Amino acid sequence: MASDARPAQALPLPIRQASQMRDKRAGNRLRKGLVYVLLTFFSGLFLFPLFWMITTALKPDSQIFVWPPVWVPNPVQWDNFRVALTNPQLPFGRYFINTLIIEAGILSGRLISCTLVAYGFARLRAPGKSLLFTLMLATLMLPSAAILIPQYILFNNIGWVGSFLPLIVPAWFGEAYAIFLIRQFFLALPGELEEAARIDGANRIQILIRVIVPISMPVLAVITILTFKDTWNEFLRPLLYLSKSSNYTVAVGVAYFNGQNDVKLNLLMAASVAMLLPIVILFMFAQRAFVEGISLTGIKG
Amino acid sequence: MENTKSSATLVKQPARKPIWRARRLEAGAFYLFVAPWVIGFVLFTVIPMGISLYLSFTRWNVLTAPQWIGLDNYTRMFTKDPDFYQSLKVTIIFTIVSVPLRLIVSLFLAILLDQATHAVGFFRTAFYIPSIVASVAAAVLWQWIFNPRFGPINGLLNSLGIDGPQWFNDPNYALPALIIMSVWGVGGEMLIFLAGLKGISRSLYEAAEVDGASRLTRFRKITLPMLSPTIFFNLLLSMIGAFQTFDAAFVISTARSGQIGAPSKSTLFYLLHLYQEGFSFLNMGYASALAWVLFIIILTVAVVINRSSKSWVFYADGAD
Repeated sequence: MASDARPAQALPLPIRQASQMRDKRAGNRLRKGLVYVLLTFFSGLFLFPLFWMITTALKPDSQIFVWPPVWVPNPVQWDNFRVALTNPQLPFGRYFINTLIIEAGILSGRLISCTLVAYGFARLRAPGKSLLFTLMLATLMLPSAAILIPQYILFNNIGWVGSFLPLIVPAWFGEAYAIFLIRQFFLALPGELEEAARIDGANRIQILIRVIVPISMPVLAVITILTFKDTWNEFLRPLLYLSKSSNYTVAVGVAYFNGQNDVKLNLLMAASVAMLLPIVILFMFAQRAFVEGISLTGIKG
Repeated sequence: MENTKSSATLVKQPARKPIWRARRLEAGAFYLFVAPWVIGFVLFTVIPMGISLYLSFTRWNVLTAPQWIGLDNYTRMFTKDPDFYQSLKVTIIFTIVSVPLRLIVSLFLAILLDQATHAVGFFRTAFYIPSIVASVAAAVLWQWIFNPRFGPINGLLNSLGIDGPQWFNDPNYALPALIIMSVWGVGGEMLIFLAGLKGISRSLYEAAEVDGASRLTRFRKITLPMLSPTIFFNLLLSMIGAFQTFDAAFVISTARSGQIGAPSKSTLFYLLHLYQEGFSFLNMGYASALAWVLFIIILTVAVVINRSSKSWVFYADGAD
């Protein structure tokens, strides 16, 4: 429009714009290239330790302490896994089963209790509700270290130390973060389905189990996966409560393996790889749930 | 007129009572549904914290009855326990260095990922996977990475003609090694930043571009303010996490020498000191006092960050 009014400048303007755009496009391509160079470099940096772990786990003894390093073991010694996991002093098979038992106890408890509590916060009105909700969110900031000792004393007094109970039982009483996520999901559900079920004479528990839970699988999957990962990786509390070697979880087992005198590095790495394999496989299959769960964390900071 | 009015109230009144009862029934149902959390909160948080507050004023070795000693645990902590100051120093240095470092690296990686259009899934996985590796396995692995003679880091330094440090064997380098290791696990924060970046409206950037704002200006005037709630969230959580560092320092220091916080207490984090007092020496009273001081420190830091956030965190619509 302006060029129509002032013909003297009409010509240079498009030309200037075109050359600017050319510059910009070239600049953009250069920038894009730089982005990929950086991404490749940093992803290499982040993946390298894992590569180092796996390649060490597959090496024969003679190829570990050499420089320059043997990048690909020759021969690839798969047997390291068998040797590492069947050590009679550290029976990892037992530790995997222990960890899975704890997982089952924690997962069922957390899913059931958090769904119930989240339903209460999402759908029912009562005096004191918002106060309770604020209080619950505040516990997210509570450092777990602050209650480590008194919890230990509590479980010691009732004779639970040495068993899985101190790890499992608290999970049956809800957890603030999971409750919060499930509540957010429930709030976004349309109320009509519940109304229909209510008219049919269903009570609240029936509505929750038959109507709400089946359509809430996405958020329950997120909770399941994040809880599974955290439980699998947890170290401090299992270290405190599982005093007998036969009760160890995988994490405690690997830590003890690491602390043994003249431990063989390839076997130690094999045990560590075996430890993280279930989580990595879970991640591969449920990548979306992982990413969504983590991303959701930040949304309502 | 008069008649219709009174008949209307007459009709209303009997209906009101059931509403009242429904309200009360609903409230009752609410308390039943949230009962698991309320009971758990009282049983596993409120009561234990009360007990530990009481114990922090006692001397107690678990075997005999607690003995009231007033403020002795606290005076011992501040006047007679060099390990308390050492552990505070280690923890604060770690926090002050690693938290900003993690924020910068995770934001940088998220921005890179946000610009990419191809193979985004691969890069995202590469950055995220280390953060789901168990801290124990990561500690075991990084000990090997930092191996002074055959580890890849010193190998690389060596080939550049640099004599690499002794890392976990050297009191001056053990903590830096743990800090480097902690940066490896920034995947979670990166994903949160990435979600935050995706939430910034493109129209803001387009408008700024039309106005001729440079890339740096757009980053400073749009990205940072719009992302400030996410930065605040990540800052707060990684602060609280850093103050409670335990796993890696415990696994590495005890494996090397059997000594918690080795070498020369250079990795004696606050929680390691607490663990040692409570569970190695059975000074449960003193350990409870340590726990309360940590709680107060974390609470103070959280409140300070929260206060300061009013001046630098920008909420786009005020409602959120």
